[in-house]
Amino acid sequence: MCCAMIDEKELRGKLAYDETFSCVQCGYCLPACPTYISFGKEAHSPRGRINLVKLAAEGKISIHDMANPIDLCLGCRACETVCPTNVEYGKILTSAVNVLAEYREKDRSRKEKVLRDVVFHRALTNKNVLKLMGKGLYYFKKTKMDKVLRKSKILNIMPQAIGRMESITPAVKLPLNRQNALSAEKTRSQLRIGYFSGCVMDTIFANVNDLAIKLLEIGGCEVVTIKEQGCCGALQHHSGERELAVNLAKKNIEAFEKYEFDYIVNAIGGCGAALVEYHHFFDENDIWFERAKRFSALNKDISVILSKLDLPFTKSINKNVSYQPSCHLTNVQKVIDEPLKILKSIPGITYIPMKQKDMCCGSAGIYNIVHHEESMLILDDKMAHLKNNIPEVIVTTNPGCHLQMLLGVEREGLSDHVKVVHLVEIIAEACEI
Amino acid sequence: MNGHIEVIVEKLIEAFGDSSRVLTEVQDLYSYSFDASFGIYKPEIICQPIATDEVVELIKLAAQYKIPVVARGTGTSLSGGPLPVKGGIVVDFSLWDTKLEIHPDDLIAVVSPGVITSKINDKAIEFGLMYPPDPSSAHVSTIGGNLAENAGGPRGLKYGVTKDYVLGLEVVTAEGKVIRTGGRTMKNVTGYDLTKLIVGSEGTLCIITEATLRLVPRPLATKTAMVLFDEIVDSGHAISKVLRSGIMPAKMEIMDRHSIIAVEEYASLGLPIDVEAILLIELDGHHQAINEEMIRVEEACMSVNARSVIVAKDDREAEQLWQARRLVSPAIVKIKPTKISEDATVPRSKIPEMFQRLKEIREKYNVHLVVFGHAGDGNLHPNIIADQRDEEEMHRVEQAVEEIFEAAVSLGGTLSGEHGIGLMKSPFMEMELGKDGLHMMKLIKDAWDPQNILNPGKIFPEPGQRFVLRND
Repeated sequence: MCCAMIDEKELRGKLAYDETFSCVQCGYCLPACPTYISFGKEAHSPRGRINLVKLAAEGKISIHDMANPIDLCLGCRACETVCPTNVEYGKILTSAVNVLAEYREKDRSRKEKVLRDVVFHRALTNKNVLKLMGKGLYYFKKTKMDKVLRKSKILNIMPQAIGRMESITPAVKLPLNRQNALSAEKTRSQLRIGYFSGCVMDTIFANVNDLAIKLLEIGGCEVVTIKEQGCCGALQHHSGERELAVNLAKKNIEAFEKYEFDYIVNAIGGCGAALVEYHHFFDENDIWFERAKRFSALNKDISVILSKLDLPFTKSINKNVSYQPSCHLTNVQKVIDEPLKILKSIPGITYIPMKQKDMCCGSAGIYNIVHHEESMLILDDKMAHLKNNIPEVIVTTNPGCHLQMLLGVEREGLSDHVKVVHLVEIIAEACEI
Repeated sequence: MNGHIEVIVEKLIEAFGDSSRVLTEVQDLYSYSFDASFGIYKPEIICQPIATDEVVELIKLAAQYKIPVVARGTGTSLSGGPLPVKGGIVVDFSLWDTKLEIHPDDLIAVVSPGVITSKINDKAIEFGLMYPPDPSSAHVSTIGGNLAENAGGPRGLKYGVTKDYVLGLEVVTAEGKVIRTGGRTMKNVTGYDLTKLIVGSEGTLCIITEATLRLVPRPLATKTAMVLFDEIVDSGHAISKVLRSGIMPAKMEIMDRHSIIAVEEYASLGLPIDVEAILLIELDGHHQAINEEMIRVEEACMSVNARSVIVAKDDREAEQLWQARRLVSPAIVKIKPTKISEDATVPRSKIPEMFQRLKEIREKYNVHLVVFGHAGDGNLHPNIIADQRDEEEMHRVEQAVEEIFEAAVSLGGTLSGEHGIGLMKSPFMEMELGKDGLHMMKLIKDAWDPQNILNPGKIFPEPGQRFVLRND
């Protein structure tokens, strides 16, 4: 085992050891933790994981002994919301993920290295690749090649997870042309908004971004989608690709600093969570810390801005609607009431509260692909809560949750009865955009 | 170390018919090595039974190989009840939450040991009933753990504690026999009251596999008041005064000045920081009755020099008043991370004197001691805030806690009102019970568990055992 070579002091410095002392092990996080509830093991609870990180830092267990529970954490951070002593779980988790990534680097198989390189370093961060993927998906769907391929079972050679995700991926629309520079003059009442489009979002759900921009414009905002923006770095950050995540953060901070926006707005719960925590990517003494903090303060979820605007609802939507909040929107961005407020204000809607709606759906970035089986256990628990009162529409606020809910609906055989939409889509429909 | 672990694991898996509920990985052994108190004790095996048969099989194996068996709910214990101090098998009951039946006409609930405590009350409410015990961890803790530790809670003042709601139990003995104690009736005097003996025995006599619980009609309404005091001693007098004016509040909770300041600094709720104590009083019953009673509560408090009484107009305002109490824990750990939560309890008349003793202890040992808790039943919660990485400070804390125990016992009180003895308080048992009293308890233990396989190392002090609050 390589841990024998790991210097204990060095490890203690890298893991958020001091932060583990804030945990008084009361266990109040247990009922809020989706993996604890679904797997039924203390090691897969926030309290259990914090204890393992502490013991690893003290050299009482090897870092390999904490690997499995850390890998299987969704990072939904629901535990932080219920913690009575404000333990910084996110910080502890990230430190453990980074340490594991570092010590695993050399053990990784060539295949895995290539895959990580392609996903984190090339695909997600490269606009052209994503555009190509987007177009590919678009034409793939449009030409019905997907059906042909599915019939030919070629897709079955892909891992089951990707195969399943492919089958529920919605029809892709190409993004519209967007305003990408500030107009010369600003009217006084107008909010100037920099739109953060995201990478996966702008590929699979580009139309949601387009609708969001239109709604902001109808509400009287000037919306600019600057070209210099890039991937937020959240997925890399959660996967222990720290350096890469930091570089992506710096690029975005620099890009948006050149403009004077009142807000930077996104419609992606997960990316938004990374953006509002960019300062956590840096050491407090780093000159980037304050810059990141200023940037983070400007970032808002679309629902926060829309809830302040006068939206022209012209169409009644007479449907039973449930809301599945994005964990990162709830627990990190702390945006809880706004989406519900707008949703309930849409004429005709009957709101059906989802039982235990704050439990993660198991999507969690790329968790549902890399830990597919576990993710399905969590998803099944979520869907079980829907069974007594099936809505006609499930509203989400994050592309990952959106895809996972589509998958859940399909697994339950409800695809003909239940529609999954982004909050922006249902608002746009009510405004007849 | 027991040399038969591999054999036991193999036989357990066979008995359970499911290897996923028998755990031996390092990550699991360490994850059941702690609770909400102090110390890390690594067990050798974890198993997660979901049926009485499985418990019988595992006890038989433990008896055959003389290996310790330690029952555990969700590990919220503040006294070390579920710590496997002698290693062995930790029996995690948290998966066994399958039975929760309400029999509304008999006013009883029948539950399996892993049911989360608050879910019993949630279900009872559907039938217009209530399960009163409400430890603050009720939304996390299991009923099995509550039974083993005889848990209390704020409502203990009016409604009593867990033991007051247990009519019958199904248990597995140290020999692996299944017995039933008590029954489903309110009255039952057939033989010794084994039910009450087992409740609070902290897993040292047998393993509880099912409980029949008593429910009561749910009160129609509640009403809350916040009472401010310039002198903490007056708040003690107010408690007695209210109780002697013909009113039994559901809850009477206290916050001392140190906890008020901590909450204000933490959350700025607008609490007055120049008072010495706040009492939160909740009445429950018919709304007309509690409106009348609240007037009497105000009069009683004002007659013993309360500064003022704030009565919540509705449930929303009541919620805001209770927020102050709820924020004490998060607020005080902002000062320092380690929280030593004690529950020494004194007769109600001695509350003012206990406050004085606590003040002296705070000064003598220079520790950060705050007092809050269920003042109405004399069950104060002196909490000391420290940093467990500071050895010198922890030593002073240990001395201060010892003196808190001594103060409580010398005032005619007890070491523990509701947290249990577990590992932490066993060195003080003789101080409260006397040599002969403790010996009689030991005779019971020896008769029920002659091989000492059930939660060994608990309740009874080991020769030379000292009080420690450290993890190493």
